[in-house]
Amino acid sequence: MAFGRAPLIATLLGDTGGQILLALLITAAVLVPVLNLAVPPASAFHVPTYVVSLTGKYLCFAMLALSLDLVWGFCGILSLGHGAFFALGGYAMGMHLMREIGDRGVYGNAELPDFMVFLNWKELPWYWHGFDNFAFALLMVMLVPGLLAFVFGWLAFRSRVTGVYLSIITQAMTFALMLAFFRNDMGFGGNNGMTDFKDVLGFNLQAPATRSALFALTGLLLAAAYVVCRGIVGSRLGRVLLAVRDAESRTRFLGYRVEHYKLFVFTVSGVLAGIAGALYVPQVGIINPSEFSPATSIEVVVWAAVGGRGTLYGAVLGGILVNFGKSYFTGALPEAWLYVLGFLFIAVTLFLPKGIVGLIPGLIHRRRTALRKKQAAASPLAVARPHTGEVR
Amino acid sequence: MRSPVIAAIAALLTLVLVLPASLRAETAEELLAALAADGFNEKIAAVERIAASGDDRLVPALDALLAGDLYVRKDDNVPVIGKAQGSTVVLRDALSGSEIGQAPAAELEKIRINNRLRGIARGAIGGLTLFSADPAKRRTAAKAVFAAPQEGLYEVLQRAIERETDADIRSQLEMALAADRLALAAEPAERVAAVAMLAKFATPDIRNLLGSVAQKDADPAVRTAAVDALVDIEKRLALWASVGAVFQGISLGSVLLLAAVGLAITFGVMGVINMAHGELVMLGAYTTFVVQEVFRTRFPGAFDHSLTVAVPLAFLVSGLFGIAIERGIIRHLYGRPLETLLATWGISLILQQMVRSIFGPTNREVGAPSWMSGAFEIAGGLVLTYNRIVIVIFSLAVLAAIAIVMRKTAFGLRMRAVTQNRQMAASMGIRTGRIDALTFGLGSGIAGVAGVALSQIDNVSPNLGQSYIIDSFLVVVFGGVGNLWGTLLGALSLGIVNKFLEPYAGAVLGKIFVLIAVILFIQKRPRGLFALKGRAVEV
Amino acid sequence: MRNTFRAMAGAAAIAATTLWGAGAQAQETIKVGILHSLSGTMAISETTLKDVMLMLIADQNAKGGLLGKKLEPVVVDPASNWPLFAEKARELISKDKVSVVFGCWTSVSRKSVLPVFEELNSMLFYPVQYEGEESSRNVFYTGAAPNQQAIPAVEYLMSKDGGEAKRWVLLGTDYVYPRTTNKILRAFLNAKGVADADIMEEYTPFGHSDWQTIVANVKKFAGAGKKTAVVSTINGDANVPFYKELGNQGIKASEIPVVAFSVGEEELAGLDTGPLVGHLAAWNYFMSQKSPENDEFIKKWQAFIKNPKRVTNDPMEAHYIGFKMWVQAVEQAGTTDVNAVRQAMYGQKVKNLTGGVAVMNTNHHLSKPVLIGEIQANGQFDTVWSTKGLVVGDAWSDYIPESKKLTADWTYPWVCGNCEKPKYAN
Repeated sequence: MAFGRAPLIATLLGDTGGQILLALLITAAVLVPVLNLAVPPASAFHVPTYVVSLTGKYLCFAMLALSLDLVWGFCGILSLGHGAFFALGGYAMGMHLMREIGDRGVYGNAELPDFMVFLNWKELPWYWHGFDNFAFALLMVMLVPGLLAFVFGWLAFRSRVTGVYLSIITQAMTFALMLAFFRNDMGFGGNNGMTDFKDVLGFNLQAPATRSALFALTGLLLAAAYVVCRGIVGSRLGRVLLAVRDAESRTRFLGYRVEHYKLFVFTVSGVLAGIAGALYVPQVGIINPSEFSPATSIEVVVWAAVGGRGTLYGAVLGGILVNFGKSYFTGALPEAWLYVLGFLFIAVTLFLPKGIVGLIPGLIHRRRTALRKKQAAASPLAVARPHTGEVR
Repeated sequence: MRSPVIAAIAALLTLVLVLPASLRAETAEELLAALAADGFNEKIAAVERIAASGDDRLVPALDALLAGDLYVRKDDNVPVIGKAQGSTVVLRDALSGSEIGQAPAAELEKIRINNRLRGIARGAIGGLTLFSADPAKRRTAAKAVFAAPQEGLYEVLQRAIERETDADIRSQLEMALAADRLALAAEPAERVAAVAMLAKFATPDIRNLLGSVAQKDADPAVRTAAVDALVDIEKRLALWASVGAVFQGISLGSVLLLAAVGLAITFGVMGVINMAHGELVMLGAYTTFVVQEVFRTRFPGAFDHSLTVAVPLAFLVSGLFGIAIERGIIRHLYGRPLETLLATWGISLILQQMVRSIFGPTNREVGAPSWMSGAFEIAGGLVLTYNRIVIVIFSLAVLAAIAIVMRKTAFGLRMRAVTQNRQMAASMGIRTGRIDALTFGLGSGIAGVAGVALSQIDNVSPNLGQSYIIDSFLVVVFGGVGNLWGTLLGALSLGIVNKFLEPYAGAVLGKIFVLIAVILFIQKRPRGLFALKGRAVEV
Repeated sequence: MRNTFRAMAGAAAIAATTLWGAGAQAQETIKVGILHSLSGTMAISETTLKDVMLMLIADQNAKGGLLGKKLEPVVVDPASNWPLFAEKARELISKDKVSVVFGCWTSVSRKSVLPVFEELNSMLFYPVQYEGEESSRNVFYTGAAPNQQAIPAVEYLMSKDGGEAKRWVLLGTDYVYPRTTNKILRAFLNAKGVADADIMEEYTPFGHSDWQTIVANVKKFAGAGKKTAVVSTINGDANVPFYKELGNQGIKASEIPVVAFSVGEEELAGLDTGPLVGHLAAWNYFMSQKSPENDEFIKKWQAFIKNPKRVTNDPMEAHYIGFKMWVQAVEQAGTTDVNAVRQAMYGQKVKNLTGGVAVMNTNHHLSKPVLIGEIQANGQFDTVWSTKGLVVGDAWSDYIPESKKLTADWTYPWVCGNCEKPKYAN
């Protein structure tokens, strides 16, 4: 368990995939804005603004996939409701952006967003107060999803709800939230959600510079999130998490408070997903209840699995690649893209059980050493148990 | 000048021409021709005159009018009954009913009607068929007259009541008579008596009628009587309404049960997180559609049997798809249950798009056989629709069939053996691979059968499956994975709770509460209602 | 990692060229974007509109194209995913450089793409009836505004022919179109002397499939002794189970008529309409309407889609009118430049399929006739009432206090979609 005590730097040093990822992310965060803003549009090196926003969106999804991989890949908690945390973060940011519109809405009401005016609301509901303050909104972006994850996790892990039961109730949670946010009476804009944002912190959201800045910010925060996740899984705590994943009861019998570990990592994951949502909203320009839909959350699982579960960088890669594929195929193959996506998922499960990163030849060596280390660390716990119905 | 003379002659001529028609009874032909008038008001007047004439030869024409089958020939302006067959229309004489050849659709104009005319025409038919030899027609007639009282039916109704032998129709007729008195009697005392008579029956129609009397009647005594009667009726109706809510809950529960029971096998028994389950349901619904299309074109007379054919076919289609999915994909994934989620999600996307490519993205029409259409009224406005009743019975039958297969057959025994202890089963000589495929096929086939039933109440569209998948998983998990009785109880209790919440909380909030309740329930019982006991629990 | 990237990119490129022959277009074309969901929940309605656009474009090309160039449709699939709508709109405008986009169905999809169209100054034709309360410089609304559908329908039901309804059930899916429409209707009904106690408002989630309780409640509400009518703004998929339940519970149109604003020929095609005869819908177009233009349109459509049973509906007519107007405006302006075409759009006239002429107003809404039809056993509507002349689409409802004072007029001196006074006052 010497590895578990290694400082963060050492952990990162042993993580080639992560190093490449971090390098790429930081390069992109610097290079893309430059190529977008400084290079003239005529040049072959120019990156159009819409590509900037689009890539920014992929990075947000990648962060969401990363947060899921943290709980699924390292703790065995398959959440089919991670979209809920993402959407809640998005809504918190959306509420702030909505307030920043001020009297530039169609009805010119400085206090109330348009959809409230048109539902005949006279004053701002209490839960909207404070969102005009950016710092408060930022706090809420992390607090609301974090709190939901904490409460939900506390209930579920304490009563030892595991496996598919946990997956299905996370799905029920996001479904219930979707229905709730669809209701216009909730005061979140109903099905239309929030849209037509004007600016953030006074910067015009439609300006290329703002878009590039948001992109850079997303790239850097994704890198930071990666470092945090890597730090968690590389720490002593991370080893316990792996043990929980592989044999929960035994870990408990060894004296670990399993539910505390799970709760901690689930909450962190919820917060990360919320931050991803908050970055997503200004770049995409809309937040609405469809983000809560169970299908969205299942897709997140698919991203992580396609990229490669339990590697973190694999989830990031999956989030980017699958969404790039979706963008590309919905344009190139509007009638048949579902076939392509469907076959891709089947093929990945059948032929690439480790996801796309399992393919990467340069990492084989590292994987071998990791495997050896893992065996050394986890062999007392991990037992092959085919076909027991355990959820991993 | 000459104008007074001419005016006088004209007036006289008009008298000669118009008077006879109003003095002597119009002939059936004249009454029929009046239906071809232009405006709705004129047509209504014509129908009222037909009702007053008491001439039941005009009933077929009115029936055709209601059915949208009454046309006017453009050349001679005579209304005829027509049945469109492609671009030509087969014509029958409106009075005699004899065939009179065909005409191209362009030479005919359909006589248009609106809802007001429709109600009056129904009343007129009612008045004219009160003495029909067919009890069903008499019953319809009594109801129609109740809904649309007309002048001059009082004596007719009295005679009809005297001659009626069927007790139920007689009470319908008595209600119609009372409604007639309420609407037309000049004496308040007579109207009060009619209220008292109606108060004996607690139906929504009567509440409706008395409600309007309570507001509109000119006489305060009648209004008070109606208000008093209403209080009593409301009480009785409220009782029946809660019985109705239980039925609705059971009905919703049976839909959930049908959607979930296949999943209870593939997911509950085999542990495959089958995201394509909804699409297998959808395939069953589309099988029904195809079967019905064949029936429509080949055997239109036997349409009522289409579902009987569709059930086994849907079982086969979805079952074969299921076996193909199991053999092709899922068997490579045993021991990695969560990856089945990923692969079956892919399958569900493909199946959805496949159906969209083949059948188009729009809804497909699946008709209801006559024995599943309509409803019957138990009492007090408690209306049970036949299709819901059939679905409740059907879902229980499906569950019973599965239980028998699992408990009483050799296949069921092997199936349970394999799912409980694969290695042991294999060493006893059971071909586990085959059993896996058949079990998955069974669950999928059941999903297809559910699709047949769901096609009767929901859209048949590529999205059909998506709308049931979440509820299905919830039901199975709530009931307890791997336990059929849990699925039954889970489905029914979710259905009933939902239906009792809905009137208070609304459809959306009701559903949210149910979801939250399930989440909290799982905290209390982390393995669902019926947890499996024994070694299988600790996985 | 980089190897994999290269391999992936290579594979994608090969796949792209071999499978879909993305060969470069030799001849210069005018690109027309089509932004309708071909998968997901809305595909059921929107796929038809994509097909109708392809037909109209093919038709125009057969006539020699536009400004001497061929029109080239660019079809994308926003997959009923609202953020994806915005992304695809941006892709169409920025990457494919389309001259105009025809698309969207739901209000939320329109709201999602609206900022994109405004930012990039492009042009969208939106073909579906909607809640109003909007007028964008970059959108032309060819569907009905509430005053072209909801208000006439309610007026009809209040009339003698409509049954003189006194009590109203406003039933809708819980989203902005039903909410707004019902708000306008409530204000309208109140103005006509209907008390709030005689109005029942009820909302259901999307795709609601269990209507037992609500239909039973409607029956109960109607049992109060006043003639009751139901105004349905139920959307999409939920209609089929709703009407099935209505039919089975024996609610006859002559007792409780249901008038719907989102149910057209396409929706009825999935239903046995026998038990529904007499229930109503209000639209600006019915397939059963007789006119030479309509007959030709139906014939062309059925030939194009190779199915003699396919029906036509109101949003299809809206696209037909919108496309023709755009073609005329481009010809008039002599360019596809958005600013020039926009100016040429105002006052543009196109023959309706139902007879009469549709006019584009300066508030970006059409003047169209309003028709009310009763459902027939064959799945068609029989027109029972229609407005005498054209009704001008009203962006801002007169029945909502906040919007009553707003004006949409994109010509001088207003040049504004939601102003209380002109932008350019002397």
